[in-house]
Amino acid sequence: MDEKYKNEFGAFAPRPQVEKKFYNGKYIFAGLIVFLAMVALPFLPNVGKTIPPPVRQLDTPVIQKIAEKDRQCIMPTEWMRANHMQMLIDWRDNVVRTNEKGAPNGRYFKAPDGQKFLASLTNTCMECHSNKEKFCDQCHNYVAVAPNCWGCHLTEGKKLAEAK
Amino acid sequence: MGIDRREFIRIAGLSTLLGLGGKGAFELLRPGQVEASMAAKPAAEGVVRWAMVVNMRKMDDDTAKKCAAACHRVHNVPNFAQPKDPKDALPPDIVNRYEVKWIWPEHFHNAFPGEEHPHMPEQMKNLPFLLLCNHCDNPPCVRVCPTKATFRREDGIVNMDMHRCIGCRFCMAGCPFGARSFNWKDPRPYITDTYPGYPTREIGMVEKCTFCAERLAQNMMPACVEASSGALVFGDLNDERSQVRATLKRYFSIRRKVHLGTNPQVYYIV
Repeated sequence: MDEKYKNEFGAFAPRPQVEKKFYNGKYIFAGLIVFLAMVALPFLPNVGKTIPPPVRQLDTPVIQKIAEKDRQCIMPTEWMRANHMQMLIDWRDNVVRTNEKGAPNGRYFKAPDGQKFLASLTNTCMECHSNKEKFCDQCHNYVAVAPNCWGCHLTEGKKLAEAK
Repeated sequence: MGIDRREFIRIAGLSTLLGLGGKGAFELLRPGQVEASMAAKPAAEGVVRWAMVVNMRKMDDDTAKKCAAACHRVHNVPNFAQPKDPKDALPPDIVNRYEVKWIWPEHFHNAFPGEEHPHMPEQMKNLPFLLLCNHCDNPPCVRVCPTKATFRREDGIVNMDMHRCIGCRFCMAGCPFGARSFNWKDPRPYITDTYPGYPTREIGMVEKCTFCAERLAQNMMPACVEASSGALVFGDLNDERSQVRATLKRYFSIRRKVHLGTNPQVYYIV
């Protein structure tokens, strides 16, 4: 290294002499410990615990009425578990954007077995799964997702509300 | 190292030259219509074009109130003057400012500003003109929406995708008819009779009349038309035998603020 260096104004000045040592060591290490403690804090209560996976609850009045062998969602359960969010997004686009590009009618969902369902979260899904806390929220909480459907969409369908 | 004087002048000069090209440069690179142009879409052949006729000869205060109430009930439109829980009551000026409305009665001088004059029939001055979204052919709200949450369907309905509304309120500034309302508060505590067939809205969303797109899909008439006992006529403008066409042919009708060029599709028989 040269004794003189070029600063931002192009002038030459003697390099400042700084003693080579570790400054403020106790503050730095104390700060690091506090930082690590704060990062670890949310994990500490759950160390060593196993959170039981959610069990799906199907004991709603509408489902109970259906005979055991006919209890079937509009698609196979495994498929629904993996893809219900994408299906709801497709329903949304088909219903809201119907006719934008001349789509004939996006309000109905055709299951593989040919049955037609009204594409509606409140009036189709919630009709059977009226136990939102046990059916939707339990799993969503377990995997820590917070879908914002319920800010607008009601949890009680038309038929359910009329029956009350 | 930064740029020296010579480099700076060179870049500035080149950008000025490009800028002077202006629209010509765009035309050269991408000829045709600019996306934000003013031209209305040409009327499509053979498709439905929904429109409404408000027959003021059959309209009275009672009917107007009934129409508005029917619409606001089936669309879960909040009434901030009537909270479900008395704890959520708001002061009157806030109630006024936060008002959400899809269809509402207004006097002639408010509905057709500039068209009123002191010598018009007294009875006309006090008629309740039902105002709602005009579902314009050339909707300014659609042009200004940055997320395309508001869009024009092929059947002429200017609809909203609430999932995409970010609450920027450009559309409210763009709409010359004041047909749009903003949710300044969570509306749920102010919906006394929740209607299960339609979602509510959240705080920070803009809403307006949709010509009952959800009812039309089920071959039902709009809620206000059903409640109007004949004062509102709704139908397909492209169908020569439809009731709207017959009514428009028979009576002289006016529309709101036509000079703005939005081509509104709600007609008023006076």
